[in-house]
Amino acid sequence: MSSQRYKWIGTRPDRPDGADKVTGRARFGADFNMPGQLIGKVLRSPHAHALIKSIDTSAAEALPGVKSVVTAKDFPDQPNVIVPTGEMQVNLRDITRNVMAREKALYEGHPVAAVAATTEAVARQALALIKVDYEVLPHVIDVDAAMKDDAPVLHDHLITEGVKPVPEKASNIAKRMDNVKGDVEAGFKLAEVVIERSYTTQAVHQGYIEPHATLASAAEDGQVQIWSTTQGHFQVRGFCSRLLNIEASQIRVTPSEIGGGFGGKTVVYLEPVAVRLSQKTGKPVKMVMTREEVFRASGPAPGGTVKVKLGARKDGRIVAAECTVALQAGAFPGSPLGPACWTSFACYDIDNIKVVGFDVVSNRPKVAAYRAPGAPISAWGVESTLDILAQELGIDPIDLRLKNAAKKGTKTSYGPTFDTIGFVETLEAVKNSAHYKTPVKKGFTRGVAAGFWFNVGADSSAAAHVAEDGTVTVISGNPDIGGSRASLALMAAEELGVDYDKVRPVIADTSSIGFNFVTGGSRVTFATGLAVVNSVKDMVRELKVRAAKTWKVDPEAVVWENGMARPAGSNVGEFEPLSLAQLAATAGRTGGPINGHAQLNAQGAGPGFGVHVVDLAVDRDTGIVTIDRYTAAQDVGTAIHPSYVEGQLQGGAVQGIGWALNEEYIYNAKGRLDNAGFLDYRMPVASDLPMIETILVEVPNPHHPYGVRGVGEVPIVPPLAAVGNAVARATGVRMTDLPLSPPRLSAALDAVTPRMAAE
Amino acid sequence: MAKTHVTTTINGEPVEFLCDANQTMLDVLRDQLGLTGSKEGCGSGDCGACSITIDDRLVCSCLMLAPEAEGHSIQTIEGMAQGDKLHPLQKKFVELAALQCGICTPGFLVASKALLDRNPNPTETEVRYWLAGNLCRCTGYDKIIRAVMDVAADMQKEAAR
Repeated sequence: MSSQRYKWIGTRPDRPDGADKVTGRARFGADFNMPGQLIGKVLRSPHAHALIKSIDTSAAEALPGVKSVVTAKDFPDQPNVIVPTGEMQVNLRDITRNVMAREKALYEGHPVAAVAATTEAVARQALALIKVDYEVLPHVIDVDAAMKDDAPVLHDHLITEGVKPVPEKASNIAKRMDNVKGDVEAGFKLAEVVIERSYTTQAVHQGYIEPHATLASAAEDGQVQIWSTTQGHFQVRGFCSRLLNIEASQIRVTPSEIGGGFGGKTVVYLEPVAVRLSQKTGKPVKMVMTREEVFRASGPAPGGTVKVKLGARKDGRIVAAECTVALQAGAFPGSPLGPACWTSFACYDIDNIKVVGFDVVSNRPKVAAYRAPGAPISAWGVESTLDILAQELGIDPIDLRLKNAAKKGTKTSYGPTFDTIGFVETLEAVKNSAHYKTPVKKGFTRGVAAGFWFNVGADSSAAAHVAEDGTVTVISGNPDIGGSRASLALMAAEELGVDYDKVRPVIADTSSIGFNFVTGGSRVTFATGLAVVNSVKDMVRELKVRAAKTWKVDPEAVVWENGMARPAGSNVGEFEPLSLAQLAATAGRTGGPINGHAQLNAQGAGPGFGVHVVDLAVDRDTGIVTIDRYTAAQDVGTAIHPSYVEGQLQGGAVQGIGWALNEEYIYNAKGRLDNAGFLDYRMPVASDLPMIETILVEVPNPHHPYGVRGVGEVPIVPPLAAVGNAVARATGVRMTDLPLSPPRLSAALDAVTPRMAAE
Repeated sequence: MAKTHVTTTINGEPVEFLCDANQTMLDVLRDQLGLTGSKEGCGSGDCGACSITIDDRLVCSCLMLAPEAEGHSIQTIEGMAQGDKLHPLQKKFVELAALQCGICTPGFLVASKALLDRNPNPTETEVRYWLAGNLCRCTGYDKIIRAVMDVAADMQKEAAR
């Protein structure tokens, strides 16, 4: 194991924010309050698609306690410009319309007005007094229907990108993407077996337990403070700056502790509205979504359709692969189409690949990132089809994947050639695992699937400070969503050669540290970790200078070892080593405070691969799936804090199990969401699951000093097909439409073998 | 509408408050008494993030009206640690990484304590069903269940001494 070289990396100390989070002391989004604050609430469209002819706010404004009502006219319109945010690209024209509807309401739940009042009760009363004159338009919910010629068109200006010749007519197809390697037609001619299937998935919500919440305070001099639960407070600053024409440096965003995000908190919903209400009233404005609002109006992950065609030789070697993906973007363009296309065959070394993707708008809330955005959807199609191929050829599903596995030097369909990766190692780890070697219990069947995620680097800043007693603070700017304070402190302690508990990691607001891209893309431990390591290196360089001054020698004659400055060799002179505490105590005489800084755009995020195995049983009468055993294996680079790495694998696997078995957005004929609550949107609970076994395969990333790869996203990619493959082997029925919920599964089984006949 | 005057006990301390008849216990705890450790994840009793006990009975405080606290004894997450000593469940949750984001953690801790108070030696299945009313989206429950089982085992060892 690579981590044995280290003193701290690979250990499992208590997280620095542990006590705060088990006592209720930690402050999350809705836990911030200011004296004199108002409560803001949003009026949302009851219609899936409607023209907003007029809005009369006079009665609401006249209600005692109401301090302001805003509508789209309180927000400047924005140009048609694409800017990056989170793991997606967003269009400013669209995002201002998503924050507050302008010409049309484009989905049920779309904000049309907002109120600030002295109490929540008054704010709610005021919402009921706002009169909106709608002209209800025909709506479209499903992707296939939205792509048809006669579908209601959401945006008159939307001309499909990526198609030649450029279409003359607006449609709901925002973009077509083509991704080709080799020659698939020639490839399929070499195939001895060809399998072709179509699959669908439904929109699912990230399901973070903490609803969106923000508190904004705009002062008379133009300065703005925001407290918000977000994966990227620098993104909140950027969006509010652009959408409200405020200079970025006038806005200071402090991230609260964040109660889950999974990609869904990389965009803004409430913040610009709260700031605008605060500007208009001169008071702090607090806004918190209800769970129902979270479901109806914050980004779910898209549903989609996936068509997969695989051609193989009889020995299992895949010679051609084709995939067509159409994803729901929601009401505005911008589904995670690129990742869905690029990840589809990334696990495999295939000469001939063709992937075509469509980004399609419909009358649903605008989708947001969700853990490996897009990848689970294409993997559901590809990994299910691979399982059919394995069954057809009589090859073990792990062996089939080993035969085609991507390795160092494999050129991907989307461009890059892989450096050191651990897919083969991960497959072999599963093949040799206790789980895989144990025969499946009677009444149960086994499913296997793999998954891939690029992992992200991007911009990070960090600083390290030595206090006067020699203890250390490391400062970075990424909200800690799952234990990143611990992993950053472990790397800093390792680099500095001091104990873990001498390092305190702090997450700074937007005015107290340089820019940091969002907590997302599995980038924090990699990229911000790199920035923290570099800031410590910078501090060590300064510490050596100070030791050199103390000893009156050249800085090059000083080395830093185990938290001490020492002479580089005996020729330097006889000096007792100087500790951090000693150097800190004399800092005033050797040049002042001792700090380190780093800023970078991290390159070389190592891609991650996962392989999951599930044993399950299907109850023929009810269609209920019972999971007996589950193992998630993954190439994790180096596990800095193995408990939190395991936790990522376990949590991602269970979200994927929910996606596979129960979770879905259900719309009625009026285009309204029928299950906007945790009772009807059924996420996995403790009694649904067994323990989730993990296998951490450590193939260090050569582009990080400690070998870090992102780990958070890969584990949601394999479970959909792993579960589906086991269900297919259990029932003999290949389900192609998710979720495999009891009513759907029992209906499918009844169609094949009527229950009476079976009995 | 006149406010209702409520006299109750919260975490062992006598407390009085005024509330509207339709106010939830969760809102009073969070907005009036400053006890923000109980979280609102759904407001409909589905997620358990607002779990408290009233006379040792586990409830979702979002489903309880504040006037119902009259004359009863309420325990919240803020009352779980004794002085500067964390409860064994709190310690174990940190030690075993049974939390990632931490938003559901107060509810899980209150619910887990309520379980161990009445069943000090639960099976894994009993723990899983008892905690089925608490949603966690980060951990997949594995480390939470292990932490509760571990504390129960420690308590058994302690009792056997």
